[in-house]
Amino acid sequence: MNLEDLKKIREKAQKDVELRQKQARIRVVVGMGTSGIASGAREVLKTFVEEIGRRNLTDVVVTQTGEKGLASREPMVEIFEEGKPVVIYGSMDSEKSKRVVVEHIVNGNPVTEYAIEVM
Amino acid sequence: MMDEIASHIMDIVANSLTARAKNISVVIEKCVDGPLLILDIKDDGIGMDNEMAMKVQDPFFSTKTGRKVGLGIPLLKGTAETTGGTFCLTSEPGRGTEIRVTFNADHPDLPPLGNLKDTILVLTVGNPEVNFLFRYKNSVKEFLLDTAEVKDLLGGVPINHPEVISFLSKYLDEHL
Repeated sequence: MNLEDLKKIREKAQKDVELRQKQARIRVVVGMGTSGIASGAREVLKTFVEEIGRRNLTDVVVTQTGEKGLASREPMVEIFEEGKPVVIYGSMDSEKSKRVVVEHIVNGNPVTEYAIEVM
Repeated sequence: MMDEIASHIMDIVANSLTARAKNISVVIEKCVDGPLLILDIKDDGIGMDNEMAMKVQDPFFSTKTGRKVGLGIPLLKGTAETTGGTFCLTSEPGRGTEIRVTFNADHPDLPPLGNLKDTILVLTVGNPEVNFLFRYKNSVKEFLLDTAEVKDLLGGVPINHPEVISFLSKYLDEHL
């Protein structure tokens, strides 16, 4: 496996790129300040990233942001979806993240028991 | 609290991202001829003046007075100095910041390198607009990943495209 293999992906993926560039349907933002990282935010971000890769969710984008200012509920994850309220999840871990991918991102039902705020 | 070198890296790079860096290099080098581990993180962000550069190293400088960086820098400095290593931060407003740390690799308090793969993967795809250069060298191998090169090879396909994420994950498993 080497980086040249990326060219194959490039040919294959170029089709859905135009679609995706318009606007990602869902944006997942993981807080990555010191307290977030110390409480496992990297594992949470990795879980979202890998699940999105594994399920080939081409209309979902995962990004990181800085300190969220609520250290006691880190790791925190915000889900932005056009036309829907922003859902903020707190005290996340890898298992909870997998559930959020399936129930919220794929099936459209926020996992209310993990949500700390809906705006 | 920070139980891995790889977590320290995440945290220091988070500062670079807050400083709006567009190019960040992360070099980890285990010297062949002695118990020395070097970590060097360099960015082209907004940088700091001398006063701020001193303040961010002080854990008791309050976060409530407009501080934009967390405790990551004092934590890393503490870890390095505990092992008998060194910490050096150089910064220039408008040009960027470089943090160079050495650890005594034989010291019992040296944290493990940890999951470098996850750190590289999430930084790369979680910040698609930033170019990263990762270099990891030890006595047996050298790993180099330039995400600008990856983006070149991908043409218009974003580096956080699901297929690229899966590729990078496997690539790191294989080469790192």
